[in-house]
Parts: sequence; structure tokens; C-alpha cells
Amino acid sequence: MTPHPPPAAITATGLRKTFGDHVVLDGIDLDVPAGTIFSLLGPNGAGKTTVVKILSTLTAADGGRARILGHDLAAEPDAVRAAIGVTGQYAAVDGLLTGEENLMLMGNLHRLGRRRARRRTADLLERFDLVDAAGKPASTYSGGMRRRLDLAMTLMGEPRLIFLDEPTTGLDPRSRRGMWDITRELVADGVTVFLTTQYLEEADRLADRIAVLDHGSIVAQGTADELKRRIPGGHIRLRFAAAHALDAASRTLGGARDDAALALQVPSDGGVESLRALLDRADAASIEIEELSVHTPDLDDVFLALTGHSSTADNEAKAA
Amino acid sequence: MNTLTRATSDSATMVGRQLRHMRRYPSLTIMLAGMPIVMLLLFVYVFGGAMGAGLGDAAAGPGNSGGTGGAGGRAAYLDYIVPGILLIAVAMVAQGTAIAVATDMTEGVIARFRTMDIARVSVLTGHVVGALVQTVVAVTIVVGVALLLGFRPSAGPLDWLAAAGLLAAVAFALTWLTVALGLVSDSVETASNTPMPLMFLPFLSSGFVPTDTLPTGLRWFAEYQPFTPMSEALRGLLMGTGAGDSAVPALAWCAVIALASYIWAKRLYNRRSAG
Repeated sequence: MTPHPPPAAITATGLRKTFGDHVVLDGIDLDVPAGTIFSLLGPNGAGKTTVVKILSTLTAADGGRARILGHDLAAEPDAVRAAIGVTGQYAAVDGLLTGEENLMLMGNLHRLGRRRARRRTADLLERFDLVDAAGKPASTYSGGMRRRLDLAMTLMGEPRLIFLDEPTTGLDPRSRRGMWDITRELVADGVTVFLTTQYLEEADRLADRIAVLDHGSIVAQGTADELKRRIPGGHIRLRFAAAHALDAASRTLGGARDDAALALQVPSDGGVESLRALLDRADAASIEIEELSVHTPDLDDVFLALTGHSSTADNEAKAA
Repeated sequence: MNTLTRATSDSATMVGRQLRHMRRYPSLTIMLAGMPIVMLLLFVYVFGGAMGAGLGDAAAGPGNSGGTGGAGGRAAYLDYIVPGILLIAVAMVAQGTAIAVATDMTEGVIARFRTMDIARVSVLTGHVVGALVQTVVAVTIVVGVALLLGFRPSAGPLDWLAAAGLLAAVAFALTWLTVALGLVSDSVETASNTPMPLMFLPFLSSGFVPTDTLPTGLRWFAEYQPFTPMSEALRGLLMGTGAGDSAVPALAWCAVIALASYIWAKRLYNRRSAG
């Protein structure tokens, strides 16, 4: 353990934003340690993009303060801009320019100098698997390629903090996994990543810490495991061939009945021991089980428990 | 690096971006020059005979005075409308700029620029300088075609220089205006429509017919709108008679339009940054 905690990449207190009567952010506090992946998780319309817009200087908060990498957001926006990179939900590439030209454009704007810009462009094209497409206009790229080019452009300036605003929305599963790998590599290089996502699985797999945003407020914050521990979602689901078996099981094992499906939900941590104990008790009572499935708590349960409604993106996430 | 060098270097980068766009899609620049050429041909060969005959002696070029329709009238009308056609060419390019700016604003790349530590106005100056380059190309092509058709200006080198300067000033002013119009449009479709009046105003000036042939209300409008001094000054310079009294109002209009549009555009750009 280091004696001093790593310096914070982002500290924000009481961020507020309203559009007319509509409160988009209702006092958000954030604390993101440097060199970690922090995920802001929430359904569409929760205010995720507004948070990114405020923290990346695109829009001003109506209230609250934030420091980004030691710079005050309101007082030193240019210093903040110089230290961050933003890759949004909609690929921010110049469609009329080729991939290589897009990267060189970033190199010029970051004043890298011709030789350094060329070298970095070549490196990034290689790293993001865009060498073959380097000479083609970005408008001809696939969604995944555009997203990779977008991120490569963000990296041209060697930012220490990167905002990834729904980086995998609309991507196919393979491209999504590719983005996840890239994101992990970034953090291995010492970069801090602020990731917004509507996909529970994405936050679960990538983030060191997760904040759940709902209707402009953060309803929970912690590691994925901490969040999962907060809810009792694990259970074993048993299905039976006949009503009398369900009755017998319900008497013996307890749990919640679902008469229409002839099923029973028994609370469980999903471990082998508790499963074996359950089956032993069923055997002892001569209950015939038609089908059994183990349900361990996932972030969707967390979301449901915390917000009282399901993540609207859940079905999409599973389909993708 | 101080603010000015930064703004200059960022603007240079953005101009480079615009020039690459144009080089990649030269068809747009060619189309922008093509429309005025089509109008030139239409006006000279379809309407030219009748229009030339209707021009007063004062309005006709010195070599063509007293033309009585036919070839003389057509040649006289060609000399008369070239300034108007050149203004149309400038307005065409400006209209293209509104579309380019609106397209840019719908693309995420502008949002990216805004999150970077660069001079904000550089995106807009890139568009304006790019449009000026496009104007030079379009105007050169139009002048070349006019010369082939028999346009015979009697301008000396200094007149040509002054005419080029005046066109550049008009282009500069109209481009800042269309940059603002591109920014204020909420879609690319709107952006292609809002600058339409710019295309019509030259017709309601002395660019195509002398204003004293117009009915009273229209004549009053034509005499006080910016395109009349612009086309009068341009015609004077090309015909070697000097810009005369029209020079000051023409340049004043350019300055007012440019300044107001610049302020408007900058404000719009910064406000859309916040959105």
C-alpha cells in the first residue's frame, strides 16, 4: 500500500444542471482516483452525457464545483481541455478526410510537430488496426472502425483523462469486445478513464468503480461487487411437472411460488454447497424436479433494487 | 505560445482541412462556378438581344454604344451583366459555405474541436478562408468563360486589382454572413435554403438591368440595397471608368455586413458550444 492515495483525476461536488423546468442533474458528487476506470451507469435520459459535457467543458454547470486533474473547471477551462480527451457516442471524425488525415489534423492541433505527428499517426493506425483503411475517407468506415479512429484521434494528444461517452452503443459484439480491450490497455498505460454506459455488463467488466445515475441523481456508488452485495438477488429457480410437486416443494423448501409456471424461487447464494443441500432436501421429500436454474445477482438486479425500475437498455444489452 | 500565434496556427490548420475537403470533392467548386456560367449563357444568348437593345447609351459600354439589337446589343448586354454574374458567383460560394458549416455542426468532429485547447474561432476562419479560395477559383472560371464569349473589359492592371479586391471584400462579408446562417440553421436542409435571398438580391439590383427601368417601389429598393453599389463599382472598374461614387457605399456595406455577421457567428458558435 502506498502511504498517499493517488491524486484524484476528478472531484466534483454538487453539480447541478437544469434545462428550463427540467432538472437534468440534481447535485452530483464524483470522486475518481487517477489511473482507474470509473463508470457512470444509467439508462437513456439519466443525465450521463450532460455530466460528460460539463466535465469536458462543453457546457457550464448551473451549480457545483469540479476539479479535473488539479485544474478548476470553471476558472481554467483551457488547462482542463489540454489535459483531457473526449470520445463521444457519435464518432467525432471528419468523414471527408481519410483516417490518416484525421490523425494528422489532431497532431497539428496539438502542435506535435510534423515528425512526431507522423510517427504517432503510424503507431495509432497500427495499434487500432486501421493501417489498411488509412488512405480511405472516414465516411466509408464501418461503425467499429469509426469508433476506433475516434479514439485514436483522442489519443493523439496523449490525454491523461479520457471521457468515453457510451463508446460501444450501437456496436456489434466483436467491436464491443475490441473497445473493451483497448480501454483496459489505456488504463494499463496510466490513463484515467471516465466511462458512461447503459450496459450493465460493460460497467461490470471494465470499471474499478461504478456510480449508478438515475433521474439526475447518483443512487449508489462502489465497486461492482459492493453494489451486488447490497441486494439479495440470488436465487435458485425450480420448475415442476405437476402442481402437487410444486405444493410439496413449497412446503419443504419455502421460497416464492409461481403457480402459472409451476415454478418455485428459493433464495440462495448460488454456491455448490447450498445447491447440494437444497437437492438433498428435495430428494428426502421425494420431490421430482423437472428443471433447475441458478440465478446469481447481476447489476440488473442492483439497478432494479436501487431505482425501482429496470434498466431500459437491458434487453438491448442482452440482444447485442 | 501567445493567443494570436495560437489562433493563427490553429486557423491555418483548419484552412488546410477545408482545402483538403475541396480537393477531395472538386465537383462542388465546379458546380459553384457552373451555375453562374449557365446564367451567363442564358442571359446573353436567350435574353441578350432584347436586353441589349433596351440598354440606354449611358449604361452600355463605350465600344457598343448605339447598338440596335442583334450582335451589338448582345455584346453590350454581355459587358453589362458580367459584374452581376460575378456577384452571383460570389453569392453561390457563400451559399455553399452555409451548407458546409451546417454539415460541420451536425458532425461530432466540431464537438471534438470544442473540447480541445485550440482557438475556438479557428473552425470558422477555416471556413471563411476556404470559401475565399473557392471564390477565387469560381470567379476566375466565370471571367474566363465571359472573355471567351466576347466580354471585352477595358480595365487597366490597377482596375483589375481593385475589382479583385472589391470581389474579395464582398466574398468576405457574404461568407461571414452565411457562416452565421449555417450556424443558426438547425439542419443542413435549412442551411441550403436560408441564404436563397442572397441569390435573388443581385437580380433586384442594377446588376442585370439599369434601375431606372424598374417600377417605382422596386427601383427604390434596388437603389438602396447593397448589391447595386457593388455591381456599379465593379462595372466601373472593369470598364475602366473607375468605381466612382459607388466605391464608398459598396465597401461600407461590406464592412457592416462582415462585422455584424462576424459578431453574430461568433456568438452563435459559442452558444452552440454550450448546447
